[in-house]
Amino acid sequence: MNRVVFREVEGRSGSYYALLGGIAVVLLAGLGAAFYIELHGQYVTGMSNQVPWGIPHVFAIFLIVAASGALNVASVGSVFGRIIYKPMARLSGLLAFALMAGGLAILVLDLGRPDRLIVAMTHYNFKSVFVWNINFYMVFFAVIAAYLWAMMDWRLDRYAKPIGFFAFVWRLALTTCTGWVFGLIVARQAWDAAVMAPMFIIMSFAYGTAFFILVLLAAYGWTGRPLGDAVVRRLKNLLAIFVCAALYFTAVQHLTNAYATEHHGVTRFILFEGGVYTAVFWLGQVLLGAVFPLFLLWYPAMAGSRQAIGFACLFVLLGGLSQMYVTIVGGLAYPLILFPGMEVSSSFLDGQVASYVPSLAEILLGIGGIAIAMFMVALVVKFLRVLPLSLADEVADPHHRNPAAKSEEGAEDVAQTPQAA
Amino acid sequence: MTKDRSSGDPSGIDRSRRHVLKAATAIAAVTLAPGWQLIAAAEAKAPGEPVTDKNRWGILVDTTKMDKATCDVAVDACNSEHGLTKSGHPGQDPQWIRRLDIRDPQTGAAHSLPMMCQHCQYPPCADVCPTGASFRRIDGIVLVDKHICIGCRYCMLACPYKARSFAYRDIEDPKPHSPRGRGTVQSCTMCVHRVDVGGIPACVEACNDVAPGSMIFGDLKDPESEIAKRVSEVVVKRVRADLGTDPGVLYLGV
Amino acid sequence: MIHALRLLCAVFLALAVSAMNAPPLGAEDGRVPLPNLAKAAKGDACVEPAEVMRREHMDFLKIERDRTMYLGIRDGKYSLNGCIECHATPDPEDPEVRTVEFFCDECHNYAAVRTDCWSCHNPRLVEETPGNAARLPGHSDAGTLIGQLKDHLAKGAPTP
Repeated sequence: MNRVVFREVEGRSGSYYALLGGIAVVLLAGLGAAFYIELHGQYVTGMSNQVPWGIPHVFAIFLIVAASGALNVASVGSVFGRIIYKPMARLSGLLAFALMAGGLAILVLDLGRPDRLIVAMTHYNFKSVFVWNINFYMVFFAVIAAYLWAMMDWRLDRYAKPIGFFAFVWRLALTTCTGWVFGLIVARQAWDAAVMAPMFIIMSFAYGTAFFILVLLAAYGWTGRPLGDAVVRRLKNLLAIFVCAALYFTAVQHLTNAYATEHHGVTRFILFEGGVYTAVFWLGQVLLGAVFPLFLLWYPAMAGSRQAIGFACLFVLLGGLSQMYVTIVGGLAYPLILFPGMEVSSSFLDGQVASYVPSLAEILLGIGGIAIAMFMVALVVKFLRVLPLSLADEVADPHHRNPAAKSEEGAEDVAQTPQAA
Repeated sequence: MTKDRSSGDPSGIDRSRRHVLKAATAIAAVTLAPGWQLIAAAEAKAPGEPVTDKNRWGILVDTTKMDKATCDVAVDACNSEHGLTKSGHPGQDPQWIRRLDIRDPQTGAAHSLPMMCQHCQYPPCADVCPTGASFRRIDGIVLVDKHICIGCRYCMLACPYKARSFAYRDIEDPKPHSPRGRGTVQSCTMCVHRVDVGGIPACVEACNDVAPGSMIFGDLKDPESEIAKRVSEVVVKRVRADLGTDPGVLYLGV
Repeated sequence: MIHALRLLCAVFLALAVSAMNAPPLGAEDGRVPLPNLAKAAKGDACVEPAEVMRREHMDFLKIERDRTMYLGIRDGKYSLNGCIECHATPDPEDPEVRTVEFFCDECHNYAAVRTDCWSCHNPRLVEETPGNAARLPGHSDAGTLIGQLKDHLAKGAPTP
């Protein structure tokens, strides 16, 4: 077995520049959309007083949740000591950083007064979940930077594990608070639930791992570096387990609501009568986001097919966007219950399901956030030694059996394990 | 309240009759005008003084004295007081107070009531605001400090009464006593610009012109105020009381 | 190497000296005209001397806004509406309207400091008619009170 060698991506080919250019175009379109909204006012969007949060928030919170989950691979390596994940820890950290940056960029650009960001940084209401989140995100960035440094600088080797442990605990708290953004809102039938926090944690695992696998497949496929089946198989199984767990939490959330008469209205709305929200829930979140990927990941005939795995990841991500859409927009569209049991109507559209039609600007802004993240990853792998030169089985897999020589457990394996924190 | 003018009177009216008339007017104003809330002099805030928690401003809405038209009067009064105009996009137009029509689907009975910011003791909007722009003033009025509002709209998600609106477009000609701007959140201020100088909210004033006694504004902490006396006599309804927000707007007949 | 460094220092010094000796952009013959503040439409003097106001008006406004917002103290010495009352000058395009924007912009454009006030506040002087700020006449005489009482009674006796 060989030591793992990290090397920058060469990044001088026409396709690399084309990739960067393509992502940059999407990024600029997103920035342009944000500028357009800022110039004219938010009335150009589809958001209203009934649905004040729309597609930008769907993308932003999706990216933030995925960011926390993308750090998972590194945590499994450092905190739980699974050796096969260790070489991928740097990419995991970079991806987490990038996804978080993309998500936060969308959130900031969507503010009604983004020019008041300094105000947001200097006036804190410590009872607000948002303030907790802001602090979590800032430290998240700092911790990942420190983590990457410890992993990449051999002199700080011994700090990598404690920092990794801190990062693991930190992002569990961060994702819990992200779930609390909705879970602590008592006013809305769809949100006021303790299950939102752990559900967001499990979903972060699923979305983050899906993003990571996609980036890994793309990076190794497009640079021509070898990527062994051992790594891919492990990651695939991890993803499948997380998708199952996310499906479980979704089921628990809706079944619990379905039992309590108080929540029958909102459950009926999401599961049966919500029109677009019902469609997005069943087709997007459940079918596309869970059932199809599990089929692609576990069906024996698909075993070994990287295409199947790639599609599974893509579907999980689309399912994640669907889940955010149903949670955020569906939760807002369902009317506030001011007089339980009564039919209510008003000129402020009380008592009716609000309609929300996203504008192009919002969609571009959302996709622009993903572009920011991808641009960051694509650029940094060229300048920093983030990607291992090879993740072939003989390099990465600690249990790889070389047919020529027998490797034994114990001291020999320890000496031959990949060199990475 | 009335200044005693002892300057020479060119019109030749008998001065003693004038004095009697002034005294009678003062008494009449106090007794004949249930719609005018005279803030008890002992507890009133002088204009240059800061507000204190000795007062808790509240509104009692007696919906038994109201119908759809009365509610509409309240809405119109608020809209004109604060310059809330329609832009042709009803979903994005601000509404600080609205007429809520409720109907019992079991019996078909219907009723209307005005719904606005409930000025809660424990406002969920103030809890979630990241900058503290949404806050509860010490005398009970919940406001948005638009100087530090960043327009994140989280308070709009959190309010159980859908009281908050967002300014989606530039405001053409804001009222000097009610500034609001694009990109910030707004809601009923209980006409704080009037209350602070001893007045009453525009909706209360307008409603009492057409249906006296339908809305009572006053100091819930002052045992001598009309509102405090009424709420101690008859059980009032607090909308969504189960949420524990302890609103300052109380309803009768709902 | 030393020669190159010395050459760099010499060039830098030359540029710095010439920059210092250049005419200031804001001088009378500079590119940007100095602010020329119009005389206030009302009042003899501002609430503070001009030198104090020039440097500290932003702090006065900021403190006053918090006093109004959080403490409910209105129409104080430094209130924005107070500024507008005196400093609003007729709009050249519509002389009926008096606005304070030109007064503020005169210096703010020169100093390139953006004001955020007018995104929410109305820079125009709007006469507050008694009708749109209904309050009990705090310091008026019996005449006003009698007039209001007559109006009220004319609408019909109040039903208990």
